This record gives sequence, C-alpha cells and structure tokens, in this order.
Amino acid sequence: MSQLSTRHLLGIKDITEQDIHTIFDTAQNFKEVINRPIKKVPSLRDITIANIFFENSTRTKLSFELAEKRLSADVVNFSSSNSSVKKGETLIDTVNNILSMKVDMVVMRHSSPGAAHFLSRNINANIVNAGDGTHEHPTQALLDAYSIKEKLGDVAGKKVAIIGDILHSRVALSNIFCLQKLGAEVMVCGPITLLPKHIASLGVKVEYDVQKALEWCDVANVLRIQLERQQIKYFPSLREYSLYYGINRKMLDRLDKEIVIMHPGPINRGVELNSDVADSEHSIILHQVENGVAVRMAVLYLLAGAK
Amino acid sequence: MQKRLVLDHNQIAIILRRFCHQLIENHDDFDNTVFLGLQPRGPIVLDKLVALLEEISGVKVPFGYLDATFHRDDFRRRDLPLTANETKIDFLIEGKKVVLVDDVLYKGRSVRAAMDAMIAFGRPQKVELMILIDRKYTRDYPIKPDYFGRQVNTLESQHVSVEWKDKGFEQDAIWITEKDKS
Repeated sequence: MSQLSTRHLLGIKDITEQDIHTIFDTAQNFKEVINRPIKKVPSLRDITIANIFFENSTRTKLSFELAEKRLSADVVNFSSSNSSVKKGETLIDTVNNILSMKVDMVVMRHSSPGAAHFLSRNINANIVNAGDGTHEHPTQALLDAYSIKEKLGDVAGKKVAIIGDILHSRVALSNIFCLQKLGAEVMVCGPITLLPKHIASLGVKVEYDVQKALEWCDVANVLRIQLERQQIKYFPSLREYSLYYGINRKMLDRLDKEIVIMHPGPINRGVELNSDVADSEHSIILHQVENGVAVRMAVLYLLAGAK
Repeated sequence: MQKRLVLDHNQIAIILRRFCHQLIENHDDFDNTVFLGLQPRGPIVLDKLVALLEEISGVKVPFGYLDATFHRDDFRRRDLPLTANETKIDFLIEGKKVVLVDDVLYKGRSVRAAMDAMIAFGRPQKVELMILIDRKYTRDYPIKPDYFGRQVNTLESQHVSVEWKDKGFEQDAIWITEKDKS
C-alpha cells in the first residue's frame, strides 16, 4: 500500500523522508504512463480539482493541469486577474464558493506565505501548495530532487549548489528541506544582498563566489532573479549580476568534472544562465519539466487515494 | 493455520509444459503473438513459461509486464491506494494476439483493469487469458480463462497462496489457506 503521512501537500518541511520516497516510487510509474502511446489513466475520474492561482504562473499551472488531465480528473481553473478577488472577496469566501461546487482538491498559488496552511485549516478538501509567496513550492522541490535521482542514481551524498536569488525564492527553501531530508549536502550561492541573513542556520553552506560553488558541487540548481518581488535594488544592474553570477560555458570548461545544471524556469537567458549552458549536455532543464508532470501526478494520486 | 496443497512442484512443471504445447498448437510459430505478465505475480509465471517455450519450440517470444494499478475500479474505495509496479512493454500490441498471464484468477477485476491498461499500447487482434489457478464461482465480472492449470472451489474466507522456490520458498507449490482474521 502507498500512503503519505499527510492529507495535504503544504510544504516539504511538513512531510517525511518516507513520503518523498513514496512520491518518487509512484512518479516513476507515472513517468512510464506519460510515455505510452495513450498517456491517460482513469484513476481520478470521479475527482474534481480546482487550480486556484492568485499569482501568475505558466509552467506550474500547465504542469498541474496536464497531470490532472492525465489522471482523468475534472479540472476547473481560476485566476485572480479575472475573478471576484478583484472586487474585494476574501480568500476563504472565494475558495468556499468553489468548494460548494463539489470540488475535491485545491491546487493553490498565492503571494502570501502560509496561505496554503491557512486554507487547509479552514476548508475540507485536499490542498496542494503550488507556491506561497517566498515560503515553499513543494512540488518544484520534489521534481528537482527526482530529476537529480534520475540523473545521478541517488540524492544522498550528492552536493547541490543553489545559485541566484535565494532571498525571494520559495524554490530554494523547499529544495533545501527536500535535499537535506534525502541526505544531500546543500550550498547556497549569490550576492550577499540576495541571501537571507540566517540562512546558514538551516545547515547549508554559504558561498559568494559562483566559480567556487561550481567547483564544489555535483549539481547546480540555478535560480531566476525575481525582479517582480524586489521592491528595492539588491544589485546595481542585471548586467553586473550577469557578469558576477551568470554561468557560461567557459566556467564549466574550467572544472575538472562534469556537473549537472538545473533551472526551475523561466530562464532569463544571458542573465543567470547563458544559452551555451542552458542548452548543453550538462543541462537537465527539459527533463525537469517532463518529471514535473509525473511527480505532480504522483502527489495528486496519493493524496486523492487516501480515505 | 490450515493449509491444503493444490499443486506441488511436479504438477506445476507438468502444467507449464502443457501450457507450452497448447500455445504451440494455437499460435503456430508465434509470429504475431506477444505475452504480457500481469503485475505483481504474473511475471513470475511468465518468465518460467517463456523460458520453457524457448526450450521446447526454439522460439523466443516477445513478452512484457503490465501493471494495472492505475486502472483499478477500487481506487478511493479502499483505505489506501495500492502500490504500483513496473510496466515494461517495449512493443506495441496493435494487431497482435496477446496472451495475458497471471497466477490466480479470482474476482476478475484485476483482469478487467489489465485489459483497460493494455489498450494504451494499441488495439490487439485477439486477447487470451492464461491462469495457473482458476477459483471457480467467485467471479464479479464475466471473465473466463482460455488456459488454466487447475480449477478449485474456494470460499471468500480462503486465500490461494502461490510459492516459488526461486522466491525463497522450499519448493514450488500452490496452497489454499484460511485468511488471517486479525
């Protein structure tokens, strides 16, 4: 039997190492399913899922929607830009209205950290956090770790450097929790202004020199500069950021080993990653996208399956 | 716990050999036939069958393993979802004669789910079902094996347990046992 220790996926912090392995094992089977000539299974045919996105999203929303449809769930989509939220409706009212339409699961992205936790305490449906502010983005961390496992055989004992805008990144925090639970060593690297003050207290190494981070790691997970979350200037210019923290082919060629390059997308080409790296044999960025669908299918299947 | 022997290792070997001869009769040179073992226990029977078939007829038949967990009709009706197993099919079954292989046929629900899962790999020309043990009078669906080793009468309270020597048991053997009531 497959069972998660929780009925919601709110964050990686709240789940166990065993949960992560259960999700990976199930995702492995779904990866085979999505590579069949007919890529659909009927498991969730009596489930309705609401994708509620209070923040913009392209790939996460698409990936969840595809995962839901591959599982035969009925899907309703909601985005705040064309909803009653604009007219002053509260989060609880919005979601309760949607649940009155007999929705079984809610996949939610929200700009406020803790929004998914709040929802889980107040409504009776399975909640999947698709990103809450700068807090967590659990399915992204799961698919990142799954992609590392697929590429390198295991996550335990591997050295993973998370490079870029750590301060505004929910991906970074979820990745740190997930990788540590699976036994990897984690380093964060970026300009001092983009690293949270007490990040080292999470048990991660801190590095300011990107070349040194690349020399240390087996996997570099490169994050986007989140200009939309930056109210003040954290560095003089994108050009300067790119000069000091952008990763190019020459930097990889200087290493005496092969490393894996990851990016959760969307890539700012020429800023944090040059095209000669993003499109190189080192990059598993497109595998991450494919694995995202399989991992999200696994999460939805396991949450929906428990009574 | 009460145990009643249904088949011992000699009888199982005879049945597998009989299966091979029946298959040779019905499928000629196997040029359009593929075999699918139904997870989790069908692949054990299938591995033995294809090895024996090659020994007897000299033909290497294409075979794969099919898992039907995501096609079951009891998802969300049991306390926890079943753990899925590997599906490994490296060929399309479009236009092929497919022989589904499993160890025990009980309610017929797994076979129904398996046929649903199988269609994802194409539209077969014909499907046959090969079963070591057919539990008579227990079916929920109108499913009948084309090849069976032995038919047995069992109660709901009983379980058919299939033991293989190469899976750590003393000998190949098939037993009827009483289900654990705890």
